[in-house]
Amino acid sequence: MIDLLLASAITLSVPLVLAALGGAVHRRAGVVNIGLEAHMILGALIGAVVSGLTASWALGALGGLVAGAISGALMSVIITRLKGNEIIVGLGFNIVMFGVIGYVLRAAFGVSGTLQVPGLQRMPKLVIPGIADIPVLGALLSGKDPLFWLCVVLVPLLAWLLRSTRWGVRLRATGASEPASASLGLRTLAIRDGAGVIAGALAALGGVALSLGTVGLFNENMTAGRGYVALAAFYFGRSKPLPTALACVLFGFFDALQIRLQTVGGFSADIISTLPYIAVVVVLALTGIRQHYRGARTVS
Amino acid sequence: MSTPSADRIPSPDPAPVGCRIGARGISRSFGPVQANVDVTLTVRAGTVHAVVGENGAGKSTLMRMLYGLDQPDAGSVVVDDELVALGSPRAAIERRIGLVQQELAIIPDLTLLENLVLGQEPGVLGRIDWKAALVRARELSASVGVEIEWTADAARASIAIQQQVEILRLVYRGADVLILDEPTAVLAPAQADELLRLLSSLRDAGRTIIFISHKLDEVLGVADRITVLRAGRTVAEMVRGETDRRGLAALIVGDDSELVESTTARGVPGGVVLTARGLGAKDDRGIARLEDVGFEARSGEILGIAAVAGNGQEELAEVLIGIRAVSSGDLALDGVSIARKDVRARRRAGLGYVSADRKQEGLALRLSLADNSIATPAMTSLAGAGWLRPRKVAEHVKAVLGRAAVRFGSASDPASSLSGGNQQRVVLGRETIGEPRVLVASQPTRGVDVRGIGYIHELLRQARDAGAAVVLFSEELDELRELSDRILVLHRGRVAGVLGPDSSRSEIGALMLGDEGQAHAA
Repeated sequence: MIDLLLASAITLSVPLVLAALGGAVHRRAGVVNIGLEAHMILGALIGAVVSGLTASWALGALGGLVAGAISGALMSVIITRLKGNEIIVGLGFNIVMFGVIGYVLRAAFGVSGTLQVPGLQRMPKLVIPGIADIPVLGALLSGKDPLFWLCVVLVPLLAWLLRSTRWGVRLRATGASEPASASLGLRTLAIRDGAGVIAGALAALGGVALSLGTVGLFNENMTAGRGYVALAAFYFGRSKPLPTALACVLFGFFDALQIRLQTVGGFSADIISTLPYIAVVVVLALTGIRQHYRGARTVS
Repeated sequence: MSTPSADRIPSPDPAPVGCRIGARGISRSFGPVQANVDVTLTVRAGTVHAVVGENGAGKSTLMRMLYGLDQPDAGSVVVDDELVALGSPRAAIERRIGLVQQELAIIPDLTLLENLVLGQEPGVLGRIDWKAALVRARELSASVGVEIEWTADAARASIAIQQQVEILRLVYRGADVLILDEPTAVLAPAQADELLRLLSSLRDAGRTIIFISHKLDEVLGVADRITVLRAGRTVAEMVRGETDRRGLAALIVGDDSELVESTTARGVPGGVVLTARGLGAKDDRGIARLEDVGFEARSGEILGIAAVAGNGQEELAEVLIGIRAVSSGDLALDGVSIARKDVRARRRAGLGYVSADRKQEGLALRLSLADNSIATPAMTSLAGAGWLRPRKVAEHVKAVLGRAAVRFGSASDPASSLSGGNQQRVVLGRETIGEPRVLVASQPTRGVDVRGIGYIHELLRQARDAGAAVVLFSEELDELRELSDRILVLHRGRVAGVLGPDSSRSEIGALMLGDEGQAHAA
C-alpha cells in the first residue's frame, strides 16, 4: 500500500520536476515563466506524434524537447527583445497553445480531445535487479522511466552549473540586477533567451513524461494545470534546484494520494481531485507567511 | 554657445602635457539647462584629482562624458593627450577608464568574490576556477591594504565594503583611470578615511584617480590637484597647497548675487506641537538606524535636522510621517500619541510630508498636475457622496498651483512635464495648503536649481509663519543655517546635539562627525 503510493508519487513528480527546474532556471535569470503549461502540452503532443512516426520513445522525447526549445525561444524573444510583459506573454502562450493544439487535433488527426497514436512506443520501465524487491527503496528507485533518472542527474547538475560556471554566475547576476550586469558588459538579453530555451525544453520534456509515460496517448487536458503547479514549486523552492524538486515531490505525493483516495471511495471524487491544488495554495501561503516573518526579500 | 572664457581660469596650462584624461572646452546642455559650459580639465597620470562644486555645478555630467555615458555638444574628451570621442562606456573601458557611480553596480544576490570577477571569470571551459579567483582577490585587497571577506554575500556587506569591491573590480578589469562620483557621501567618517587611504595607495601604485566630493577637508587632504566647477564652468584649477578651506569654499560658492533675495527673519516659536521621546527604528534589513531620539518641535519654527548621509535622517523622516514603523519610544502630536497611527491618520491629524524621493513618493509623475494636487486625504472634502465635484476640484487645484507659483501649461498635463523645481513646488503647494500642524520636509531642494531653491525656501517660511512646526531635513548645511531656528544633529542614529541658528559650519560639522564635546549649545 505505502509502496504503491510512493511509487506513484515519484512517477507523478517527474513531469513537475522537469517543468519546475526549467522555470527555476528562467526565474534565476530574472523572468517568471507563466507559459510552462504551454511548453508542457506542446512537448506531450510532439513527443507522442514523433514516437508514433519513428516507433522510438527516445526520438519522441528528442522531438518534444526541440519543440519546447523553439517555443521557449519564441516566448523569450517576445519578452526580451519586443519588451512584452512576461506575465501577459506567458498567459497568452498558454491560451494560444491550447487553442492551436485543439485545432490541429481536429484538422490533422480528425479527433477531439484524445489522440491515440498508432505505433507509439512508451518509455521503458527500468527495473533494477536487487533493489526492486527492497521495500520502500524499490518503490522509490526501481521501475522508473529514463526521464526520472534525468531528473536525478539534473538536480545536482543544475545546482553545480549555477554555482560554479560562468554561465551560472552570469545568469544569476542578470536575474538579480539586470542594469548592473549590463553595465559590466554582460549580454543580459542573450542570457535570458538562453534560460528561456532551457525552460521551454525542460517543460516540454515534462510533457513527454506525461504522454510517453504510463498512458501512452495524448489528451489535450493531460497537463491539467501542472505548469502552474511547477510555478508554485520553484516559487516555494526559491528557484534552487533541490528545494524546487522536493516541492514537486510533495505535490506529486498529494496527487498520488488523491488517486488512491478516489479508489477507496466515501468522498466525492471531484472534491478529492482538488487535493493537490489545495496543497499548492496552502504551501504557497505558508511560504508567504514565512517570508513575511523573516522580513527577507529572497529570490522567489 | 561656448564662449571663450579662458580669463575665468586662474592657473590652467593650456598646453595639454601629460594629460591622461581630461576635457577641452566641453559644453553640454539639457533643454534650457547648461550643465557644462566650455569646461576644461587636465588630469595627469598618477595623481588624485578632485572635482568640486555645488549641487548642479555640472560635475556628474562631466564625469559621465569622461566615461562615454554621455557625449558633449561641443568640445572634446581628451585621453592621453589626444582628442577622442567616447561613444560608449565600452570605448572608455578599452582605454582603461572606469567609473564608480553613486548608485553602486554591486549585485546583492552574489558573493563579493562573484561580484569581483563577474564578466571576466578565471577558469577553463566555462568552469570558474574559484581558487584562482580568490587568490587574485586577496592579492588585490592586500595590495591596497583593505580587508575584505570575499566569500560573504554582497547583500550583507556594508556600503563601504561594497564600494571597495566596486573600485577593486575596476582594477581587476584593468582600469588605471578611476572616476569616483561622490564616493564618500554615503560613508561614515571612519569609512571615508579608509576609502581615502585606498585611493592614495592606488595613486601610489601609478593609477590616476578623479573624485568628486562636497567635503572640503578630504579634498584638501588627499587631492594632488583640484578643479572647481561653478554653474557648469571651470572657475579654478589648483595644485595642493595653493588654497585652504576658506579659499576653496569661496571659489565654489562664488558671489551670492545669483541667489534669490530672501527674508532672513527667523520664526516666532509658539507652543510645542510635535514631541518625540526615545524614538527607535530599524531599516529594511532589520538593523537599528534610530536609537533613543528625543526632541520637541514648536509651532512657528523650523527645526533643521543635519547628519552625514546614512546616520538615520532618512529613517527619522519616514518615522515621522508613518511610512516606517516605530520600534521603540513614542511620538505625540499636540500631546496625543501618533506612534501607532498610519500615514492616513497622521495626515488627517495635521501632518504634511515632502518626500526626499520626489519622483517616486512625492508625485505620481504620469498623472496630471490636477490629480497630483488633490492626492491627499483632503480630497474627501472635495467630494459629495463619494463623487468628486469638478468645480471644487478645479478651485482646489488652482489654489494649490497658485499658492506655490507653479509655472505650468495646463492642469491636465502630466507632472513629468515640469522641471524638477516646479515639480517640487507642486508638492509643497499641496502639502501646505491645508495649513498643516507639522510639515516634514525631506531634502526639499535636492536636484533643484538656484532659482527654484529660493521659491521653495519661501514656501517653507510661509508654512512656518502660518503656525506649522516645520521639520527640515537637508544635506546642505548652509540651507539649514539659513532657514532653521534650531538645528538638531544626528550621528549614528542618535541625537548628537541641538544648536542655534548662528552656529558655524564647523560647529555643526563637528557634531555630525560625532565630536560630542560641544553638544547642547542652544
